[in-house]
Amino acid sequence: MSASLATTTPPRSDTPTLPGESATVSPFPVKVQIRNVGFHYGKFQALKNVSLPLYDRHVTAFIGPSGCGKSTLLRILNRIYELYPNQTASGEVLVDGIDILAPGLDLNLVRSKIGMVFQKPTPFPMSIHDNIAFGIKLYERLPKSELDDRVEQALRRAALWDEVKDKLRQSGLGLSGGQQQRLCIARAIAVEPEILLLDEPASALDPISTQRIEELIAELKSDYCIAIVTHNMQQAARSSDYTAFMYLGELVEFDETERIFTHPREKRTEDYITGRFG
Amino acid sequence: MQLYTSRRLSNYLIVALSLGATAFGLLFLVFVLGTLLVNGVGALSPTLFTQTTPPPGSAGGLMNAIFGSLAMTVIATLVGTPTGILAGTFLAEYAHNSRLGEVVRFVNDILLSAPSIIIGLFVYSILVVPMGHFSAWAGAVALAIIMIPVIVRTTEDMLSLVPNELREAAAALGAPKWKIVVTVTYRSAVQGMLTGVLLAVARISGETAPLLFTALNNQFFSSDLNRPMANLPVVIFQFAMSPYADWQALAWAGALLITAAILVLNIGARLFASWSGLEK
Repeated sequence: MSASLATTTPPRSDTPTLPGESATVSPFPVKVQIRNVGFHYGKFQALKNVSLPLYDRHVTAFIGPSGCGKSTLLRILNRIYELYPNQTASGEVLVDGIDILAPGLDLNLVRSKIGMVFQKPTPFPMSIHDNIAFGIKLYERLPKSELDDRVEQALRRAALWDEVKDKLRQSGLGLSGGQQQRLCIARAIAVEPEILLLDEPASALDPISTQRIEELIAELKSDYCIAIVTHNMQQAARSSDYTAFMYLGELVEFDETERIFTHPREKRTEDYITGRFG
Repeated sequence: MQLYTSRRLSNYLIVALSLGATAFGLLFLVFVLGTLLVNGVGALSPTLFTQTTPPPGSAGGLMNAIFGSLAMTVIATLVGTPTGILAGTFLAEYAHNSRLGEVVRFVNDILLSAPSIIIGLFVYSILVVPMGHFSAWAGAVALAIIMIPVIVRTTEDMLSLVPNELREAAAALGAPKWKIVVTVTYRSAVQGMLTGVLLAVARISGETAPLLFTALNNQFFSSDLNRPMANLPVVIFQFAMSPYADWQALAWAGALLITAAILVLNIGARLFASWSGLEK
């Protein structure tokens, strides 16, 4: 990762002390430190005082009922919310110690380091090859052969290469939903980001495609810091290392996934996980 | 059971009324096209394209008028298309929620429904009067002014149909806004935008009123854009009102030519839309 935001291991005291959390602070470096983040859609407050770390090379899942703010939180992490007026965030999001919510940062550069995959597959109306090359060409000028290599690498990492290698010049819109979503993941990792944000990446897919995406997440986490929003609790339990349970704009509990699903500290977490509300 | 019967009856009634209304509309369309064909086909001949408009009683064609119509339509399209597309882009991509955008959209909608004779008079007073004579330039400007609001509207509508997720996905890769608009949004909307341009061309190719006050007419062939220029709509207007049978025949031929051209443009627009749709 070239001109990167340097990888540091912040001292333990840097992580927020949520109720009873200090016991489970991971020995792995904190990639993203979310601190007292709040969010407003116009006058409506969607997030209140959210603080948690995202660890490098680990998957953090965000669960909670609809409208709890989990997608909103994800949309703050690459400031994609700024495409719309009347949406404002407060607090700090430290990526390798640099606050990306601070004014004056080159937003496009920040976003090129933080990949995002959306709920609905979003292939661009261009060929499969050009879909992947689009992001690469934004920040790098490569000779054609090298560009083709990068496209192939990205497609291989996203486990799509074998299915599309003979039709790279065909439109990305002709692929199936599951393939389109893997194309979007390939497009996101082709620009070599450091963080991957997945906003319900499998919720529009069939079970087999979902399984492939989950396998992909498991594989990709060796290189990235991954945050995934999901409605599917089994998915969170299967594919994440840490889980954050959110409710009504607040972070209720954050812990190792195993612990959240076996011995949650909060009554509300337990109620949600066992299906008593949500 | 009674309720069911009465519902069935009212269903038949509504279907019959809708069919009747459709037939009523189509009847006149078929009538117009039929009359045009009957009277126009007989007047078609190769000399239409090789000779200029004749004095009454002698043979001639519509060459000068066809050339004039083509020239002014092309100039108007060259001016109107980029202006309309850029303004539509501004409305859809940059001024979506702003007060300025609302005002521009409102004014554009007024312009869209402005009677074309008013636009002709407007161009007459700002171009023809100061220049002291009618000219093809003035005609092209009047046609462009009619064209722009149509293209602004279709461009904005087509761009607004592009899902926001696509813009978000491009932005999330770190693409600057202009790049997103040009490479992602335009590509998604290109069929609709081009269809809009073709429909606008079809719309201006039959306009008469604005040309009466601007390009006027010319009995002779002229390619000088600073002078009055012949054009099909005004020639049709003049010849059809005349008492001379050969002029009237030429007017029928001209009307058929315009109608056929518009038909070809519309079919072309549809073919283009479905052709680029197939690539998906």
